[in-house]
Amino acid sequence: MKFRLDRDVLAEAVAWTARSIPTRPGTLPQLSGILVATGPDGLTLSGFDYETSARVNVAADVADDGTVLVSGRLLADIARALPDQPVDIFLDGPKLSVVCGSSRFSLQTMPVEDYPQLPEMPQVSGTVDGDLFAAAVQQAVTAAGRDDMLPVLTGVKLEIDGSTLSLLATDRFRLSLRELSWRPEQTDLSVTALVPARVLAEVARSLPAGSELSIALGTADAGEGLIGFESVAAGGQRRTTTRLIEGAFPNVRQLFPTTSDISAQVEVAALIDSVKRVSLVAGRNTPIRLSFTEQLVNLEAGNGEEAQASESLEATLVGDDISIGFNPTYLLDGLGAITGSHVHIAMTQPARPAAFASMADAAAQPDLDFRYLLMPLRMQG
Amino acid sequence: MDRHLWTALVDDGRVRTTPSILHLDLDAFFAAVEQRDKPSLRGKPVIVGGVGGRGVVATASYEARVFGVGSAMSTAEARSRCPHAAFLTGRFDAYQQASREVMSQLRALSPLVEPLSLDEAYVDLAAPGSDLDLSERGLAETVTRLKAAVGEVTGGLTASVGIATSKLVAKIASELDKPDGAMIVPAGTEQQLLAPMQVTALPGVGPATAERLRHIGVRTVDQLQHIGADELVRVLGQAHGASLFALSRAHDDRPVVAERAIKSVSVEDTFEQDLVDPVLLAAIVDRHARNVCARLTKARLSGRTVTLKARRHDFSTVTRSATLAGPTDRPALVSRVARGLLDDLDTSSGVRLLGVGVSALADWIQDDLFAAEEDSADEAITAPDSGSDGARRHGRAWAPGTDVEHARHGAGWVWGSGLGRVTVRFETAYTGPGPVRTFQSDDPELRRRTVMVDDEEANSAATAETPAGPPGAAARTPSAPAGR
Repeated sequence: MKFRLDRDVLAEAVAWTARSIPTRPGTLPQLSGILVATGPDGLTLSGFDYETSARVNVAADVADDGTVLVSGRLLADIARALPDQPVDIFLDGPKLSVVCGSSRFSLQTMPVEDYPQLPEMPQVSGTVDGDLFAAAVQQAVTAAGRDDMLPVLTGVKLEIDGSTLSLLATDRFRLSLRELSWRPEQTDLSVTALVPARVLAEVARSLPAGSELSIALGTADAGEGLIGFESVAAGGQRRTTTRLIEGAFPNVRQLFPTTSDISAQVEVAALIDSVKRVSLVAGRNTPIRLSFTEQLVNLEAGNGEEAQASESLEATLVGDDISIGFNPTYLLDGLGAITGSHVHIAMTQPARPAAFASMADAAAQPDLDFRYLLMPLRMQG
Repeated sequence: MDRHLWTALVDDGRVRTTPSILHLDLDAFFAAVEQRDKPSLRGKPVIVGGVGGRGVVATASYEARVFGVGSAMSTAEARSRCPHAAFLTGRFDAYQQASREVMSQLRALSPLVEPLSLDEAYVDLAAPGSDLDLSERGLAETVTRLKAAVGEVTGGLTASVGIATSKLVAKIASELDKPDGAMIVPAGTEQQLLAPMQVTALPGVGPATAERLRHIGVRTVDQLQHIGADELVRVLGQAHGASLFALSRAHDDRPVVAERAIKSVSVEDTFEQDLVDPVLLAAIVDRHARNVCARLTKARLSGRTVTLKARRHDFSTVTRSATLAGPTDRPALVSRVARGLLDDLDTSSGVRLLGVGVSALADWIQDDLFAAEEDSADEAITAPDSGSDGARRHGRAWAPGTDVEHARHGAGWVWGSGLGRVTVRFETAYTGPGPVRTFQSDDPELRRRTVMVDDEEANSAATAETPAGPPGAAARTPSAPAGR
């Protein structure tokens, strides 16, 4: 094996691949490696932890084909630290040499035969604008659970109904629903998949700007229980596959109230700042109370006798006055996912969920493409 | 550690300059209530506690103590030491009622009363709102009046009272003159009082600490007073050494605290036989969880941490806990978590005690978006049938000591039972010793007699738990022979 490529291209490709290799490979040390392969297509790097696979293909001047397995962590650290010059990589006996300018590294290789076969990418189901998808996933994953005891809730549910793609996530206390349009290969496609939120967030985060993303859902014929993502950009072609989470995601759409008697509008940036300030005195997980009157929202929090804080800001309320308490972290997560200048909060009762939606400006209609439903804290006193 | 710092720490405590903390301890309380209500037992050894195979003595009357019977001793050992004593299971309703009468007398003295258990409390005589004469003579009169009032409202129970400048010395003083005692320790004489005592008189000095102190040649408080803080810390560790250094010099500035914050709410049950059936165990855990949640709701509380406690056949006790994302008072959720913890325990060899508790309490609840649906779906597991399963708490039909009433013979108490018969002595606190009669166990004319109890207070007494107070002052909670 022998090839040459740009330092930046190498560093980016290695860093991307290294994210999906396990930090603790346990009894399978080969999984800590990145598989480096050269051929007519240039350079291909692969990582796999038996759940998620990552494969990137970039152009390189290949002088000699070959495949080697080297420590992913080490290769990533080296690639990141190299000076900005072309990098020559070649096999030198049992070692892989990395030469850049006057720097020389020599890495022990691991037996390629031990490395598992990566799953095949399923057939592409459709494509979506990369920037749109990245923003949508970011909004959706805010509500995803992190408790491994409830694996179903650590996933984001993808619902495909023709040209509408919905992303749903909940940790039981809040729920996010994002709808966007995409281009399915078949216009009557109707399918759902439960994708690990962590993997989906990583795919979205590392999507190059301006790229297009192909989504490939396995079928009973090929790649069952698997989903693949493929993007093509200047950084090369990137493919991720991951195993879907098994189990039934709860039926959550009907949790959004169909009518609400009370709605409030508040400027998002100001509200976020106020919540951050007032919740300084709320201990971990203790409530921040929002009391809405016709033109004001008053925020209060307290930590027993120790400290209290309050603050008021402008708001527009339609309906009866209401006082409602939230976990400040959950509230901030929801407000952080609002993209417009104002947030629209639909409420019914202090102990019933509140629905958050974005408004482009103070006069606009709430944009229902993204909705965040938050269960309030119920005061016992 | 630096000695000056120690001195500073110790001297900083604002110790009172006049004796104004009162400690009251009812004498052999449970046994005394039994002797009051069962005139034939007056002047005789009475032992209250678990009468089952592995029961423990809760209280022994002074007549039984002569034979070396004490609380926390196994009932089996008590029987061998004092076979002719009357062994009774407790009547908590009666104790609670008597306790309430006594506490109200204490509250008449001062608004600041800290009950430690049913039979023990501290009173701050110098609290704002109490207008007492704190002179030596005034205190003596107060004690005389209080003891008389206690005897009057309880139908003749006696109490021992100590008054001092600190909780530590007040408590020790009340013990020095037991029973029916009274002792006022003048300010400035505390160290002298403690000096000749064994180190075990100090709270927090149990057999293990006493043994370690013995190794460095310390048996009495006087010897302890001559040991440096550094050495104590080296022998006993930082916290324990520091607190004992202060206590040995009678430095104790703990205030009397009226409302003890509830730290956890729990329910537990001991079984007569070891239980193995996983379905039955799960049903008991479910029932406990529902009881705990009912108490939480009543106290307007919620909690995040669910704890399961199990004692196995070999007396090893295990606790397991799980913390939720947010506090709850939902029975279905607490039950599910507790049963999950039970599943992770090996109970195949039998369980003799099961408890469920909720801690990390809050006054708000993070409800669940799905809760409404789940609660309607999640019905209580069918609680085990009482009687046939061996799970009822000492659920013998006629436990000795139980108050009963016979349609023709009137009020009395169960003297003994077995072989399908029950023997009742017909007497009450107001009758003097009465006759004994035997009936069939299922005699339709015989039924239990209950004392009316204010439920609210009964619950709070059972659920309040205090954090281990500074110098490890372990509140002596009588272990319940039945019913808790």
